[in-house]
Amino acid sequence: MVELSAARDVPARHSEADSPRDSLIARFGADRPLKLDAGVSLSPFQIAYRTYGALNSERSNAVLVCHALTGDHHVVGTHPVTGKSGWWETMVGPGKPIDTERYFVICPNVVGACMGTTGPASTNPKTGKPWGLDFPVITIRDMVRAQAMLLDELKIETLFAVAGGSMGGMQVLQWAASYPRRVFAALPLASSTRHSAQNIAFHEVGRQAVMADPEWRQGRYLVEGANPKRGLAVARMGAHITYLSDAALHRKFGRKFQDRENVTFSFDADFEVESYLRHQGITFVDRFDANSYLYLTRAMDYFDLAADYDGVVAGAFKGAETRFCVVSFTSDWLFPTSDSRAIVHALNAGGARVSFAEIVTDKGHDAFLLDEPELLAIVRGFLDGAARARGLSARR
Amino acid sequence: MKMLSRVKRDLTMTESARGSGGSRVDLVLIAEMVAPGARVLDVGCGDGELLRLLSETRGVDGRGIELSREGVNECVAKGLAVIQGDADTDLADYPDDAFDYVILSQTLQATRHPRVVLEHMLRIGRHAIVSFPNFGHWKIRLQVGLGGHMPTTDNLPYAWWDTPNIHFCSIKDFRLLCQASDARMEKAVALNAWGTPLRFNAPWWFWNLFGEQAVFLLSRL
Repeated sequence: MVELSAARDVPARHSEADSPRDSLIARFGADRPLKLDAGVSLSPFQIAYRTYGALNSERSNAVLVCHALTGDHHVVGTHPVTGKSGWWETMVGPGKPIDTERYFVICPNVVGACMGTTGPASTNPKTGKPWGLDFPVITIRDMVRAQAMLLDELKIETLFAVAGGSMGGMQVLQWAASYPRRVFAALPLASSTRHSAQNIAFHEVGRQAVMADPEWRQGRYLVEGANPKRGLAVARMGAHITYLSDAALHRKFGRKFQDRENVTFSFDADFEVESYLRHQGITFVDRFDANSYLYLTRAMDYFDLAADYDGVVAGAFKGAETRFCVVSFTSDWLFPTSDSRAIVHALNAGGARVSFAEIVTDKGHDAFLLDEPELLAIVRGFLDGAARARGLSARR
Repeated sequence: MKMLSRVKRDLTMTESARGSGGSRVDLVLIAEMVAPGARVLDVGCGDGELLRLLSETRGVDGRGIELSREGVNECVAKGLAVIQGDADTDLADYPDDAFDYVILSQTLQATRHPRVVLEHMLRIGRHAIVSFPNFGHWKIRLQVGLGGHMPTTDNLPYAWWDTPNIHFCSIKDFRLLCQASDARMEKAVALNAWGTPLRFNAPWWFWNLFGEQAVFLLSRL
């Protein structure tokens, strides 16, 4: 039986939220509060971020990379907590499609996360203790608003491009809707203008798993020295299935046994796929805060771009000058091609310049993170074309 | 002797069948119908050859729709604004007058509802440009009339059972569709087997017999 690792020291997880390693930090004091959709302000707050490459003298080559639900700002290079490589090594780096020898890449940790930007695991300055459930509920628009404040701080008026997949893609769409003149090119990958009922349902199962863990302590686990590892691991296991596909699971695991010749007539991890999921759950809890998981899944659930425009998505992109590259994957059942097509229809209705490709793969939703040659060629070609139109030189 | 000189002429025509930049003559012909700097939608844009030509020679703001995934991905990787979509179903999503020109190059015969497609083109664009293979060409008439079988030519190489082309028409037929769809014919060109435009003042029956392809520039009545 795979055993969950023993409870790790709570202060370490808490300290990463306040003082992240290998990160730049932008601090926003009482004079610059973050106004939230929930109707309250977050102040003071901080944004942890990383940059790759160099900003050109015209300050015109910045690319904002938006991370997904459980991602963070460590896009490439060794992750300070897990020791593993970054989440988008295939896409970002010297000579990669998002070429750091050409573009200045910025990736901030989102508000509500747990890797250095203010979130429920951060210290609440009023109490000196972790926020926990006192942290206000945040939205995708709040994340984007905070990112815009970061760009103001960095004195970057317009972004050459905003790119991201899944929840990152939601931020990309929100950027294009909220700040159309600050975004030259937008790449929402494997994303949607609204979270579907099925996706909200999956998220609710994950949240209930976290909250059903007695160690969650009504969200006060950090203060009480507990850790809802089992609940969060189960939430991750369930979610992880939705990131893959039936075909990918079959190809990878089939009905293969884990280190045994036959079934054991027990509830051990007889099958490889069980062992794999348990491993996914265990490694996740070592790097992620349970309350953050609640807040970020909620932000995705609340996302509905059309709601701000009388229910018509096209209203969000009216007269958009931003050029878009929308990509979906055939086996993605979480953010299916029909979702991307809806984005494209809305953009076309608004007269926007849009490219849309559906890529054949059995790798499911996670395909946007993986080495998909066609995806890489498309992003590279799209950015090259946009760079020409923007007058960016081929290489610095 | 007369025969010989004819062959010679045809050879030079073959040479000239590719215009500047190695582009197909029918595409060059379409490009010449498009005003510089216009907003263009190319329906069924294939690998993006026409969009590339239009942006290089006419400086247009070009968009494309392509059914085949391979075509789309190739276009997007070239930096063209192309989306995966179907002329039969997806034109309905575009607002009126969104483009100056909507182009349907060698695709009309593969649509399920040519009339609906043409009417959408005229709605979305101020102009529509349609090019299609002429089913009234004498070689095709010979194969059907005397040979008694479905025609195959260099331009239309498919056997009847695997052809994507389900709505063939002749130049004469297409003019009827234009009338039925309230389209004004602003310009029409027929190309012979070697991609050379037929004599401008030739009568329609002559075009319908000797034109292998036709290109029409249309607008709303």
